[in-house]
Amino acid sequence: MASTLPKEIRAGTAIGLTLAALLFATSVSLQVVRDRDFPAPPVRDEMLYIRSGAVMRRLTLSFNMIAADIYWIRALQEYGGTKLSPQADKRYPLLYPLLNITTSLDPRFDLAYRFGAIFLAESYPNGPGRPDEAIALLEKGLKVQPDKWQYMQDIGFVYYWWRHDYPKAAAWFSRASRVPGAPWFLRSLAANTLAAGGNRTASRLMWEQIYDTAGSEWLRKDAAWRLQQLNALDQIARLQAGADAFHGRHDAWPDGWMAMVRDRALPGIPVDPAGTPYDLNPATGRVTLSRRSSLWPLPTEPAPRGGPER
Amino acid sequence: MKALRVVGTIAVSVFRESVRDKVLYNLVFFALLLISASYLIGQLTAGQDVKIIKDLGLAAMLLFGLFIAVFIGIGLVSKEVERRSIYSLLAKPIRRHEFIAGKYAGLVLTLAVNVAVMAVALYLVLACMAVTEPAAVRAAWEAPAVDPAMLEAILLIFVELMLVTALALFFSTFSSPILSASFTVGLVIAGQFDSDLKHFRAIVHSRVVADLTRALYYVLPNMAAFDVKAQVVHGLPVTAGYLAVTTAYGVSYVAAVVLAAMVIFARRDFR
Repeated sequence: MASTLPKEIRAGTAIGLTLAALLFATSVSLQVVRDRDFPAPPVRDEMLYIRSGAVMRRLTLSFNMIAADIYWIRALQEYGGTKLSPQADKRYPLLYPLLNITTSLDPRFDLAYRFGAIFLAESYPNGPGRPDEAIALLEKGLKVQPDKWQYMQDIGFVYYWWRHDYPKAAAWFSRASRVPGAPWFLRSLAANTLAAGGNRTASRLMWEQIYDTAGSEWLRKDAAWRLQQLNALDQIARLQAGADAFHGRHDAWPDGWMAMVRDRALPGIPVDPAGTPYDLNPATGRVTLSRRSSLWPLPTEPAPRGGPER
Repeated sequence: MKALRVVGTIAVSVFRESVRDKVLYNLVFFALLLISASYLIGQLTAGQDVKIIKDLGLAAMLLFGLFIAVFIGIGLVSKEVERRSIYSLLAKPIRRHEFIAGKYAGLVLTLAVNVAVMAVALYLVLACMAVTEPAAVRAAWEAPAVDPAMLEAILLIFVELMLVTALALFFSTFSSPILSASFTVGLVIAGQFDSDLKHFRAIVHSRVVADLTRALYYVLPNMAAFDVKAQVVHGLPVTAGYLAVTTAYGVSYVAAVVLAAMVIFARRDFR
């Protein structure tokens, strides 16, 4: 076809296309130069034009499911982006509104409720520290699915872990256990929480259940991280006992882990479950998790109830 | 029999014209969208990729179908009038109602091919995702990736598109393309809020307004009734009775609108 065109037109086409390609390459180069020489200041998009889930449901017509997915991805980016950002002042102002809109657009979006329970309640700087919003989101889910024992378990968990309100936590675990088809462990969890809230065994059981029922790699990884933190707390307690015993024998704190190794109190330098050596303060003898550890900061454990065992 | 043959001939020519107009190129875009999304979404969605691919596939099926139904539907008659080809067509042994029925059937055929190919592409992408996911992840899904129940949502999407096509054709028999598009899109949007009209009685004091809105509820096409995407994606049952009644509702509404289009077109003076 092209060969039938006059020679001048073919030459003009070739010149035009070459020029267009050159100009396009120039614009790309200029973009690279501008980004290198005049970097834009980091801007956090904290704008949410519509905060009402009901309004958004109307606006999206019959495309509310795909709109829910878009808000879900925004919620994940809001959480992950803020948590991983180097800035000191980490805030999560849009996390709850985004999850609220997501669950209004798709009221059966299970992971959005469960994600909310875990991450909205997470204390600063790893989360906004809003257990009230986590509970509100889960209660919203229960209005849609009143028999969803997982949401009841999650509400109990928020009361247990973040609010340290053991009677309420036990009441929610008990309510969850009465739902037909709910697993057996909820009964013992309810009884255990009521009898000995704050017990690390109960905490471990809860995180293990979250790990097993997460349905998402994100939540599972978070639960695994929490379980490693609980293991670290156990190890710190044992190491502290070892350091105290050293002090009893020598009337002085060990000046480092090697002192305890030489004393045959330890086989080697102790490392946490993430592989970072623990810190030992030679002045006070306190054993702590290193700030360089990926498990730092350790959670503030719930106050024990009904016994000294932690 | 002769009438059916005429309708069939017109329908096939409409389908061929849409192929010539590269309407089916949207299928390539749909396939690219699904394949690229299935690759990218896994990194962004914390394990919700199968749900999101289903949402995306069904939403794209509806959106692309709406574009075709509205923007081709409004030109079915008006284009023939603008090009003045209507005179030569009507000079042939074709009755006006056969012309309208053929035009409608042709665009519905285009939409049927479109929806069918999109459905196959969606199932293929989901099958690939199901094969590559480990059993533990698959166990957490609310519904299987390759779920036959999705056909229920696809069926109702198709009936909804048939209805939108009928509305676009109806408006194009007496109005300009821009006005036809506005009326059709307006009705599609109003149809999403149709159920609100039913409950207007609870918030207005005037009995006249309440009765009027109630009447509007029955007259306007209830587009929201065709939306079972959420139930299907979450693995909730859609009863056969609901499917049958909603399909019958759509088909009877379509028949009424196409019939009205035939009546208007039959009375139209082209001199």
